[in-house]
Amino acid sequence: MKILVGIKRVVDYNVRVRVLPDGSGVDTEGVKMSVNPFDEIALEEALRLREAGKASEVIVVSAGGDECQQQLRTGLAMGADRAIQIKTDGPLQPLSAARALLKVTEREQPGLVILGKQAIDDDNNQTGQMLAALWNRPQATFASEVVLDGEKATVTREVDAGLETIEVDLPAVVTVDLRLNEPRFVKLPDIMKAKRKPLDVLPLEELGVAVENDLAINTYSPPPQRQKGIMVETTEQLVQELKNRGLL
Amino acid sequence: MSKILIVAEHDGQQLNLSTAKCVSCAQKIGGDVDIAVLGQNVDGVAAQAAAIGGISRVITVSADHLEHPLAANWAPEITTLAADYSHVLAPSTTFGKDLMPRVAALAGVNQFSDVMEVLDERTFTRPIYAGNAIIKVSAAAGSLVAMTVRTASWQAAAGEGQASIEARDASHADSGHTRYVGLKSEGGERPDLQSAPMVVSGGRALGSEENFSIIYQLADKLGAGVGASRAAVDAGYVPNDMQVGQTGKIIAPDLYWAFGISGAIQHITGIKDAGTIVAVNKDAEAPIFEVADIGLVGDLFTVIPELEQLLD
Ligand SMILES: Cc1cc2nc3c(=O)[nH]c(=O)nc-3n(C[C@H](O)[C@H](O)[C@H](O)COP(=O)(O)OP(=O)(O)OC[C@H]3O[C@@H](n4cnc5c(N)ncnc54)[C@H](O)[C@@H]3O)c2cc1C
Ligand SMILES: Nc1ncnc2c1ncn2[C@@H]1O[C@H](COP(=O)(O)O)[C@@H](O)[C@H]1O
Repeated sequence: MKILVGIKRVVDYNVRVRVLPDGSGVDTEGVKMSVNPFDEIALEEALRLREAGKASEVIVVSAGGDECQQQLRTGLAMGADRAIQIKTDGPLQPLSAARALLKVTEREQPGLVILGKQAIDDDNNQTGQMLAALWNRPQATFASEVVLDGEKATVTREVDAGLETIEVDLPAVVTVDLRLNEPRFVKLPDIMKAKRKPLDVLPLEELGVAVENDLAINTYSPPPQRQKGIMVETTEQLVQELKNRGLL
Repeated sequence: MSKILIVAEHDGQQLNLSTAKCVSCAQKIGGDVDIAVLGQNVDGVAAQAAAIGGISRVITVSADHLEHPLAANWAPEITTLAADYSHVLAPSTTFGKDLMPRVAALAGVNQFSDVMEVLDERTFTRPIYAGNAIIKVSAAAGSLVAMTVRTASWQAAAGEGQASIEARDASHADSGHTRYVGLKSEGGERPDLQSAPMVVSGGRALGSEENFSIIYQLADKLGAGVGASRAAVDAGYVPNDMQVGQTGKIIAPDLYWAFGISGAIQHITGIKDAGTIVAVNKDAEAPIFEVADIGLVGDLFTVIPELEQLLD
C-alpha cells in the first residue's frame, strides 16, 4: 500500500509575521520557510506505518512554485521514497489544492492520504476534508491515533468534547493533529541521500486543474492590539484590583 | 435578500451554544435565517433551536445513519438543503471545521474559515497566521457562501422565538464507509471551557498531573472553567480537550487566569478576546505580560494558596 502525504511550504512557526504597511500582504521577505508543522507529523506517521510493514511506499507531494522543492527535499531526507511537485505559480485556495491533490491521488492510488489538519499560514483547515469529498472517500480529521488493520483504519480524533473514535474503510483521507507523534530530526547524511531520490514535476495545467480562487482577499490588516496592562506586586493587590474592576 | 442556513451543533440532547452564536452572525448578514438539525430523534434539539429569536424555520432530517455527525453522511444532506440558500453557516468548532469544508467542496466553493466580522453580505474578516493578520475576503457574486463562524467573536443570540419546525426525509443513504465507534469525554461537572465567564489555566510550570490539582481547586472556588497550554496537555497533566490556543479552543471569557504559561503566540491566539487577562509567572520577562491586563511576577505555588485564603 502506498501512502501519499501533502506538504505545504509555509512561514516557519517561530516567525512573528507582520502585515505590510500598505495592507497588500504580509512581509515574507527573507523570512525562514519550513514544512508546515502538521505536515511533518503527517509524514512521520506515514514513515512509521511503512517501518511497521503496513505500507510499501511513502510519497510526498506539494503544490507550489519551484521553491517548494526545498520542503519536498526535507520530506525525502526525513525518509519519504519519492516526491512530486505540482507546479503552479500563484497561491492555491483549498478547493484548488484539493483538486490538484485529487489528480495525483487518482494517478498513484494510495491506500491512505495523510495531510495536516491545517496550514499555519492561511489557517484554513479545509484541504483534507475537500479532497475526501471530491474523492468520495472517508475523512478522519484531527487524528491523534491511527491504527491500520487490513482494509480499514481506526482513528482517534481530537474533538472539543474529548477523544472521538471512528472507523473508516480504505482508501481514506486522514488529517493529523499535534499529538499524533513527534517527528524525527533530519540527519546530515540523509540530506545528502535525499538529493538522489526522485522528484517529479507535474505542471498543474497538465493535470487538467484550473485554478479557481473564488474568494478575493481585499486587504490585510494587523490585529487589534490589547492595551498593555498593569503589574501588581502582591497577591493582595491582585485581588483588590480585580474587586475594583468588579471581576471578583 | 440573503437566505441563510445554519447547521445546528448538538449531542443528541442539547443544542450547543455555538449555534446561537452563528445566529448572531447570520443576523448581521441579514435575511431569512433557518436552522438545520440533523440526527436521529432530534425533536428535543429542534425545539431548542426553534426557541432562538429571529429564526424563520427549523428543518429536521432524522435517520439512523445521521445519529452522529459523521461528515461523510452529513455533508451530502447539508449540500442538498443548501441548494435553496445563499449562505450556509456552521460554528468554527471541531464539529463545523470537520463538516463544512466537505459541504463547500460538494458545492464547488471555497469556505470562509473562522469569520470574525460581517462587512456586507459577501464580505467578511477572518484571522490568518495564528491571528497575526486579519484579512478582508469577498465571495464571487452568485456562488454559495459557506463559512465557519469564529464563536469567540460573537455573542449568543437571545430572544424568545417560535419558529416552525419542518421534518424532511434524508436524501442520501449511509455512505457505508465511515462508522462511529465512540467518544471518550473527561469533562466533569465544571463549567464548559468554551462558554464559561471565567477560566483558570495552567501551563508547563505545574510540573505534574498531581500538581495540576491546585488549578482545579482554585477554579472550583471561583466557579470557573479550566484550561491549559499545549505544553501541559502534551506532558499529560490534563486531557486534550482543555487545550487553549490556535490548535485548541479559542475562548473569550470575561476573566482569564494564566498560571505558569509563558504566552507563546499560539496560546495568546486562543485568549485574545478575553475581557481581562491575569498572568502569574515567575519570569518578569515572560511574553504573557505583554498581553496581560494585570500581571504578577511570582511563584504560582505560593500565589495560588494565598489567593485561596483571600477568597475565603
Ligand atoms: C503549530 C503549533 C501549534 C500550537 N498550538 C498551541 C495551542 O493551541 N495552545 C498552546 O498553548 N500552545 C500551542 N503551541 C505551543 C506553543 O508554541 C508553546 O510551546 C506552549 O504554549 C508553551 O506552553 P507553556 O507556556 O505552558 O510552557 P512554557 O513555554 O515552557 O512556559 C512555562 C512558563 O512557566 C513559568 N514558570 C515556571 N515555573 C513557574 C512557577 N513555579 N510559577 C510561575 N511561573 C512559572 C516559566 O517562567 C514559563 O514562562 C503550538 C505550537 C505549534 C508549533
Ligand atoms: N499547496 C499544497 N501542497 C501540498 N499540500 C497542501 C497544500 N495546501 C494544503 N495542503 C495540505 O492540506 C493541509 C491543510 O491545509 P489547509 O486546508 O490550507 O489548512 C496541509 O497541512 C497540507 O497537508
